[in-house]
Amino acid sequence: MTSRILQVDALARVEGEGALYVKLDGERIEKLEFRIFEPPRFFEALLAGRDAHEAPDITSRICGICPIAYIMSASHAVEAAQGIEVTQEIRDLRRMLYCGEWIQSHVLHAAMLHAPDFLNLHDAMAIAQVEPDLVRTALRLKKLGNSLMEVIGGRAVHPVNTRIGGFYKAPDASAIAALIPELEWGVQAAREVALGFAKFTFPEDEGDYVFVSLTHPDLYPITEGRIMSSAGLDIDITEFPDHFFETHVARSNALHGHMKDGTPYLVGPLARYANNYDRLSEGCKETAEAAGLGRVVSNPFQSILVRMIEVQYAIEDALRLARAYQPFQPSFSDAPLREGQGHGATEAPRGICYHHYSVGADGRIRTAQIVPPTSQNQPQIEVDLTRVVQKFMHLDDDALRWRCEQTIRNYDPCISCATHFLKLTVERD
Amino acid sequence: MTRPLFVGVGNSYRSDDGVGPWLAQALAKAGRGAQVHGGDGTGLIDLFGQHSDLVILDATLSGRPAGTLTRIDAMDGPVPAELFHYSTHRFGVAEAIETARALGMLPERLVLYGIEGASFAAGCDLSDPVARAAQDLLETLMTRPAD
Repeated sequence: MTSRILQVDALARVEGEGALYVKLDGERIEKLEFRIFEPPRFFEALLAGRDAHEAPDITSRICGICPIAYIMSASHAVEAAQGIEVTQEIRDLRRMLYCGEWIQSHVLHAAMLHAPDFLNLHDAMAIAQVEPDLVRTALRLKKLGNSLMEVIGGRAVHPVNTRIGGFYKAPDASAIAALIPELEWGVQAAREVALGFAKFTFPEDEGDYVFVSLTHPDLYPITEGRIMSSAGLDIDITEFPDHFFETHVARSNALHGHMKDGTPYLVGPLARYANNYDRLSEGCKETAEAAGLGRVVSNPFQSILVRMIEVQYAIEDALRLARAYQPFQPSFSDAPLREGQGHGATEAPRGICYHHYSVGADGRIRTAQIVPPTSQNQPQIEVDLTRVVQKFMHLDDDALRWRCEQTIRNYDPCISCATHFLKLTVERD
Repeated sequence: MTRPLFVGVGNSYRSDDGVGPWLAQALAKAGRGAQVHGGDGTGLIDLFGQHSDLVILDATLSGRPAGTLTRIDAMDGPVPAELFHYSTHRFGVAEAIETARALGMLPERLVLYGIEGASFAAGCDLSDPVARAAQDLLETLMTRPAD
């Protein structure tokens, strides 16, 4: 029997440091490990003893691509602990800001980092030579997302205008109004990129997923909602720890998320889409249908299409909110210090970002727990890799290695977040 | 001759990776057009459209002695991606420049200075060899602003 070892020492086009090791004994997978060796950053320990009002700014530093996810989940959790109620205007402005993050994060991954996989290109630089118009459109879309974050958050990376209870200053009406023409352009541009990607040839694959996401009665979930699964779970976010847990495995500096019965689950675009299809706009449903997508997408290689549907949605929703925007005062809500604990869960571009804080009467954090999306998806990534290796074992080592890397990039994993990255080794006996 | 915009790239909280921001802040303090760039490389392409003359300041990681200075004129040819490891989601300085080159979006002048880092661990301090090299480069840039 032939033995093969496939090894990727440093995964390309994902955030952070990770590796993949696969050992094959003939047609049997002897060992498959998605290892995350990005050093742990101990954010939760660092938060202990800090003023609870610092949690959003400190945790936003976990990631330069999705700082809003951390700011929002931390803010919601601390506000719940402190009994701070925020106004509808603040919730709307937070949602518009979060749309900016979805747009820039999804477009960077889909167009610059994921699309090369379907064009047989090995790096982000080559796609500009092959598809210059696509890249120009993608750069303009990404800039649109960054502009939303700059206007509302004060800057595109690690925004400075957000705070517990809301914002330091509500943006001027003219600054938001100035975004409207580009948002109007962006809706159609996102649709055209999605339909362009729909022409790619996707590997045939189908995952048997438990989709877990937020859900909201009226809106596609971004900033708030209950937690639901495709297996029938429907819980308040405060019940998250009762149904989901994390374990440490020796090979990874990121914790592995599981459901209480030990099964892996999927968070992110495919889960949100499957669980909340009815809350998409008619325009997004039309784009999905034209792209050949049904109400549930189980081929993880098609996640690139769902991301672009979500970009279209985020632009439409930001446009709706921008048109209705009026500056408001006060720009934040506050409440006296109190002892308590609170939960926050929002939909980061990669899936649910959950925070829990216990706060003392002095307003200082006693304990903090942060569960980022890539930690939750890590066991599911290994399930996908096992299925893909089994199905494409006939490929030579280079082709199989490439397919495995693609499988990981389907997730847009943020390994830096999960550690609060990839070597691939394939060993064949 | 135009005065260049200096762009310091890197993370000030990751030791020598902060050399670009350190230089940009020192140049800004001295009244030069300078700014720090955070986030992924696509934002640099936006800057290329707004300024005709740019100097990018970054840390390098190539295995050479700490403090080694590299000067690359991006107009001369491709920028080696293996030198500039700064990136978010693996779209960094070299990716931004080569994408812009393919799209015909490079500015008229674009020069990169890289200083080889010794440590990229968490921390706000530059290592001694990098601090010395940064000080030397600062003086050079101050006296030859349009290099």
